[in-house]
Amino acid sequence: MTPRELLRADQRFIADLVPQGARVLDLGCGDGALLARLREERGAEVRGVEIDLDDIARCIERDVPVYQGDLDEGLADVPDDRFDVVILSQTLQVVKRPRLVLTEMLRVGHRSVVSFPNFGHWKIRAHLALRGRMPVSDAIPYSWYDTPNIHHTTIADFRDFCADCGAVIEREIAFVGRDDGRPRLVRVAPNLLADEAVFVLRRAEHSRG
Amino acid sequence: MDSTDIVRRPWDETASAGVSETKTLALDGVITLASGRTLEGVQVAYETWGRLDENGSNAVLVCHALSGDSHLAGLRPGEDAETAQPGWWDVMVGPGKAIDTERFFVVCCNVLGGCSGTTGPSSIDPATGLPWGLRFPMVTIEDMVDVQARLLQAIGVHRLLAVVGGSMGGMQALAWAKRYPERVGSVVADATTWRLGPQAIAFNEVGRRAILEDPDFAGGHYYAEESQPESGLGIARMIGHITYLSDESMHKKFGRRLQASADYAYDFVSEFQVESYLAYQGARFVERFDANTYLYMTKAMDYFDLQGDAPSLADALRGVSARFLVLSFSSDWLFSTARSRELVAALRENASEVTFAEIPSAYGHDAFLLEPEAQHKLIAPFLANGLRRVSPAGEAE
Repeated sequence: MTPRELLRADQRFIADLVPQGARVLDLGCGDGALLARLREERGAEVRGVEIDLDDIARCIERDVPVYQGDLDEGLADVPDDRFDVVILSQTLQVVKRPRLVLTEMLRVGHRSVVSFPNFGHWKIRAHLALRGRMPVSDAIPYSWYDTPNIHHTTIADFRDFCADCGAVIEREIAFVGRDDGRPRLVRVAPNLLADEAVFVLRRAEHSRG
Repeated sequence: MDSTDIVRRPWDETASAGVSETKTLALDGVITLASGRTLEGVQVAYETWGRLDENGSNAVLVCHALSGDSHLAGLRPGEDAETAQPGWWDVMVGPGKAIDTERFFVVCCNVLGGCSGTTGPSSIDPATGLPWGLRFPMVTIEDMVDVQARLLQAIGVHRLLAVVGGSMGGMQALAWAKRYPERVGSVVADATTWRLGPQAIAFNEVGRRAILEDPDFAGGHYYAEESQPESGLGIARMIGHITYLSDESMHKKFGRRLQASADYAYDFVSEFQVESYLAYQGARFVERFDANTYLYMTKAMDYFDLQGDAPSLADALRGVSARFLVLSFSSDWLFSTARSRELVAALRENASEVTFAEIPSAYGHDAFLLEPEAQHKLIAPFLANGLRRVSPAGEAE
């Protein structure tokens, strides 16, 4: 029903990663477009968490069950391992407590999928290095004073962060989003050449608390 | 583009559910109550709007709150649209509104123990030929729901697309989902709770005490005098109204303004606007409500505990199959968001389909009667989805 083009590039990669019939939780699910797609195409059992009331109304319109909550407060209501896949798409950079959010994801899901804009992309580096100004790019289109993005990270930093949070990286997809909606995968020097990334994570066995 | 002069929004009161007549149905047989006592010949006052479809799949039961009745929306026969006060949830129920009377068959009945047509303490006890008074058996939320179930069966509604209720009505909606899981498709639990906390019970008890200790209460047998314990019931209602508002809404509505004079009277007369408001609400309430019913309703709310004897709320809700929309209001301290979240957590633990939102509002508990726009945006699509699931063909575009 929803045209495939309506999903962002990172969401399309994520959609392809979700197995048939999976139980999926999308944190910061917005208008529920990704979850609605996963239910249609994968027969997934979908749940969303969203803070914005208008987005919640749109989720209801799509018949996507959604829970109003603040990710920075954790997921105390969700039992361990309740979901097959927990998604955090383009949301890591806006939360106040990324570490809490990621460890909670690892707790409640068998797999966690995180997508974020790569602050290590060469255009951003060049912007700051050559022009001496806060970078504004296609992937990060905000001025410094009105950005919701308070925790930018690079692909390299995120790998360290995963290790630190007890996450094993199963897969990394680095890419450049393009205007035609067909992202180009980046296999060489992703931290320099990719402007977005999708990581698939699972909990390291020893980190089970 | 957003000119309210031109655009008629569904929650505006212009779209009326029309005129509905209160009907009364006498239930056959005996009702066994939670207390173990029984009632015979129970009468139920109810109203309906819209039409039940051929499959009987579009019925929505709306449950009223403490002081409500079956007159949910629209006008009563003979009432003038210009001057009459429409039903208690008119902003939500009518053609094109959240509970759309053109799509749904909407039923609302006065609860067991009520004083607006359904058997309650002011009804005649067949054993004595006199009003029941306090001899009327204690009723619970579950007893109310059982009576509703009998009514629906009798009028040919065998399955509910949704049960919708705010406050005490929300308790009934929750009880429906647990008690009759196979008959309920969806639940809208609005500004409600799975059980009251001590603070809410305390306010109820103060209200009851005001009634019970009014000399005119006469042990509940005041009907012969054709008078009520007006003072006690009025005070109970005043206390109730305080709990339905919020600090912020009271500041906005009254501030510290004086009602009639510019200066203090240095006397115990009613001076502040908030005092006049409460006095007015109390006085109006005693004209239309029965003191004994107030006692029974508040007690039913106090007893309500969806968890019951189960080890946890999630355990208690194990067999529940309905989908849920749980709504709370940010300034409602009587039926707080925290309690709603507990309910939602239990439902989520069971992997029930549940949507939860807290609507920002300054109106306190009363917000569920006063915030049609936000509720419309959430409830209308939720109910429409329910309909789409049971009759996808009818929804094809």
